[in-house]
Amino acid sequence: MHRIKCPFCGERDESEYVYQGDASVSHPPLDASVSDFYRYVYVRDNPKGWHREWWHHVGGCRMWVQVARNTLTHEIYATALAGETLDFPEDA
Amino acid sequence: MRYSVFSLLSQGLRGNRGWQPVWRQPSPKSQYDIIIIGGGGHGLATAYYLAKLHKRTDIAVLEKGWLGGGNVGRNTTIIRSNYMLPPNTYFYEHSMKLWEGLEQDLNFNTMVSQRGVLNLFHSDIQRDAFARRGNAMRLAGVDAELLDAKQVKQLIPVIDIDNARFPIEGGLFQPRGGTARHDAVAWGYARGANALGVDIIQNCEVTGLDIENGSVRGVHTNQGDIRAERVGIAVAGHTSVLAQMANIELPVESHVLQAFVSEGIKPLLDTVVTFGAGHFYASQSDKGGLVFGGDLDRYNSYAQRGNLPTAQNVLTEAVAVMPAVARLRLLRQWGGIMDMSFDGSPFICKTPVEGLYLNGGWCYGGFKATPASGWCFAHTIANNEAHDLNAHFTIDRFERGNVIDEKGAGPFPWEQ
Repeated sequence: MHRIKCPFCGERDESEYVYQGDASVSHPPLDASVSDFYRYVYVRDNPKGWHREWWHHVGGCRMWVQVARNTLTHEIYATALAGETLDFPEDA
Repeated sequence: MRYSVFSLLSQGLRGNRGWQPVWRQPSPKSQYDIIIIGGGGHGLATAYYLAKLHKRTDIAVLEKGWLGGGNVGRNTTIIRSNYMLPPNTYFYEHSMKLWEGLEQDLNFNTMVSQRGVLNLFHSDIQRDAFARRGNAMRLAGVDAELLDAKQVKQLIPVIDIDNARFPIEGGLFQPRGGTARHDAVAWGYARGANALGVDIIQNCEVTGLDIENGSVRGVHTNQGDIRAERVGIAVAGHTSVLAQMANIELPVESHVLQAFVSEGIKPLLDTVVTFGAGHFYASQSDKGGLVFGGDLDRYNSYAQRGNLPTAQNVLTEAVAVMPAVARLRLLRQWGGIMDMSFDGSPFICKTPVEGLYLNGGWCYGGFKATPASGWCFAHTIANNEAHDLNAHFTIDRFERGNVIDEKGAGPFPWEQ
């Protein structure tokens, strides 16, 4: 069981959250090329190790939380609100 | 040794002392014509069909762990071809036809059991959607029957037809679907490939790809460098890791999928049944255990184990379909890493690197696809060109807008 620390609500079980995917991608400008939009929608680094991701705290405060989590060990390094800077392991 | 009732009898009379290992344990040569990375079902099937149908025998299959230790031994053993979109329908039906002749072809008992696959529906709208899929299947020559609630109850007496929340209205039945013994599939293909001269090298992890001027020249491994003109990747679950070695960007995420086996019980379920109001699929093994699974854990993961919220969800669904199983104990639970593509469909294709071929993105569908996947991948590698059956399973289908999204789930791999 993951326990994810929500910046508002504190540490909560993963079952209160809904996973919302890779947080390292960002929306390209509206006049960007098809290829840029393709990469935004579809291409992912899919790392075996540390991963930036969104968890939506649906069963709590409903905020979107950024999480630095290890995909191999399921260890959570840090969390942050959207718009804040997320602490991320240096070796990643 | 060819297996037959006579070999079984003669070995039995001699105290079973004459059985030989069914594949060699060679050290890698410094060079091969073709290297297949990944000694799971798909990699071994590819090597087998390359040797058998395309007469290419200078082949090595490199497996980082032990043969069949990955997803080929971690699935729920279901085989079926009940897909609606044409590229999937014809591809999986080809696979079903290969399953039907697999034991004779391999001279190995893979325990293919065509006990039928029944997809339950719980509302009028779902019935219409399933009828549409059934009609698409029949137009493509695949067997499909639409059953009403009474026929479902006849087929599976233990089922809770009057479930208060999700009453069962009927089901879409594919009688030719069923199960196969997954370990035997890996062993059978390995034995067949080995007999045709393929080197199967275990504990050999690929650490890098040797690429010069956009062409593949070989691989780096923990057992030394090996040169090859053509290299095929068949490592679903870890495809991104290998693709990164070649700087290929992929629409793939790795997610963990759990599976469960209950303690053994007397015959209860003689078909494969799936719950339509959630995501749950179950069958009963020949040893008596119920084998079942459900959704992904819904977060990126390379850990071959899942978490309890998903387990609880799956077990709740099991009890919703068959309340009689509520007091069964679980015997085993495990996880496998799925290559989740962004439309739920696979890749069997060439890559931007000359001589490098990709087989991956299998999502939930890898095991049932094993024979056709190997068959199509072998064709693609041998001819440097896709067969009609896998021509749609390319990487660039996403950029061209030609996704094959069977479920209509959109670009969210954990929803596929």
